[in-house]
Amino acid sequence: MRLSRWFADRWVMLVALLVLGYLALPILVVAALSFNRPSSRLSYDFNEFTLDNWRQPCATSDMCDAVVRSVQIGFIATVVATVLGTLMAFALVRHRFRGRSGVNVLIFLPMATPELVMGTSLLALFVSAGVPQGFWTVVIAHVMFCVSFVVVTVKARLAGMDRRLEEAAMDLYANEWQTFRRITLPLVLPGIVAAALLAFSLSFDDFIITNFNAGTTVTFPMYVWGAAQRGIPPQVNVIGTAMFAVALLLVGLSSLRGRRARRANLLTGPS
Amino acid sequence: MTLLAPTRAGHPPPAPPAARSGRRRLLPYLLLLPGAAWLLIFFGVPLVQLASASLYDPSGSLSTGYAMTWAVGNYPDVLQAYWPQFLRSFGYAGLALVLALLLGYPLAYAIAQKAGRWKNLLLVCVVAPMFTSFLVRTLAWKTILSDNGALVGLLRDVHLLAPDGRLLATPFAVVLGLTYNFLPFLVLPLYASLERLDPRLLEAATDLYASPVQAFRRVTLPLSMPGLVAGTLLFFIPASGDYINAELLGTPNEYMIGNVIDSAFLVRLDYPQGAALSFLLMAAILAVVFGYLRRAGTEEVL
Repeated sequence: MRLSRWFADRWVMLVALLVLGYLALPILVVAALSFNRPSSRLSYDFNEFTLDNWRQPCATSDMCDAVVRSVQIGFIATVVATVLGTLMAFALVRHRFRGRSGVNVLIFLPMATPELVMGTSLLALFVSAGVPQGFWTVVIAHVMFCVSFVVVTVKARLAGMDRRLEEAAMDLYANEWQTFRRITLPLVLPGIVAAALLAFSLSFDDFIITNFNAGTTVTFPMYVWGAAQRGIPPQVNVIGTAMFAVALLLVGLSSLRGRRARRANLLTGPS
Repeated sequence: MTLLAPTRAGHPPPAPPAARSGRRRLLPYLLLLPGAAWLLIFFGVPLVQLASASLYDPSGSLSTGYAMTWAVGNYPDVLQAYWPQFLRSFGYAGLALVLALLLGYPLAYAIAQKAGRWKNLLLVCVVAPMFTSFLVRTLAWKTILSDNGALVGLLRDVHLLAPDGRLLATPFAVVLGLTYNFLPFLVLPLYASLERLDPRLLEAATDLYASPVQAFRRVTLPLSMPGLVAGTLLFFIPASGDYINAELLGTPNEYMIGNVIDSAFLVRLDYPQGAALSFLLMAAILAVVFGYLRRAGTEEVL
């Protein structure tokens, strides 16, 4: 009995590790290919080790322009979507009002709609309204699909918050604004930061919606898409690896902060 | 008896003083207005525009302009022309979903219940693929599945693959890519549900002489249902509308409906046809989603 249970435990874990290996494999390949000198433009096989790609990541200057453009678009879209989404989350968690379920549907639908449909329908709108497509139509599109994810993320944080902390502040004669500044905002902030990071990564990596609304503007995913037909410069893998490293660093830092906060909690007693 | 005076400690929000109730009532609408307006204008209105574009006279063109002729015939036309791609989209996405459930459930379960202090690290590993670009990591599969690669070589050596057999540019490659790319969306909600599962319930089931299989079917599975429903939808919706995997890992023989819509809008510039296809895709997916939610309960997903 004991032995079979022990085996069952390990069996699940073993499968899990294999699946994680499947998820990790392409990342390792991308990292390896960033050190590759391909035998030809259209070859995807590992050929020869080189550091050139890392030394000159911008050897193909179109690619770096595309990366910069993606960062700009991601930044603007993130700021707008985070503000709009956070306001909506507050309204939904903190207030009872008429039309609530309608708003919930409006927020849920973009997440349940295929990107393809959102991309093509925005294209249809811009074309029929005579709006020239480019940088700003991409920003508009990105804000649109990021807002729902911000709402959901901030809502989760708000809903899990202990209202009694705010009530305590009010009992101690803090006015509404002080309570918001000193209690509510600091408590919700991790949720807002998480939502912003999510929005940025969604925006930076979006291809389908962008592809329909970019006109001649080229973002990084669009550059890769175009290059896949003509031959991928190996520097694309440098960007892919660098993105991965930056994201990993952010996660590492936030978990370190979380650990320190937990330790502080242990010293001062649980909150 | 001031100690018994009503305090703010109760859980339902206290009734606001009458003088502020006007402002209070308006506040949620003010908070919602910018976001809701953005979604209405750039999500809602475009859908109407797409619907009307799907009824334009198909003989028009982008340069001469389109006439609104309520050409309902666009729909049967595109269905007749592209039903194989439609079927393929849902077939590939369905196959990938089955694969993802087989891989993702043990993974979510192991992280939620067995990982102990490694839980967070393993969760990071699950989302790690999303740290790098979707297109770049999909292209990496071209290297892994390449005809000259180690994997194909191995499979040929053990005769699982004919000497001239390929993995790349086959339906297998596309389904594998779909599974890989959307697996985290399935695993995360599933993990969230399984994490809340009290292991004592499983002990109780075992104490009551349930076999592991029975305990799974009667305890674990029902309790993980909300996560399973949410994860399945988060996987299936993007997978059925995806055309990146089909384009990069397949050939025109593996094209899904997304490839057709992409070329209708961006290459052939046939807007009525593209719009009709898009609308059909959305209708099909919404039908699947709401049909599924009605059976499984909606609250947990929102």
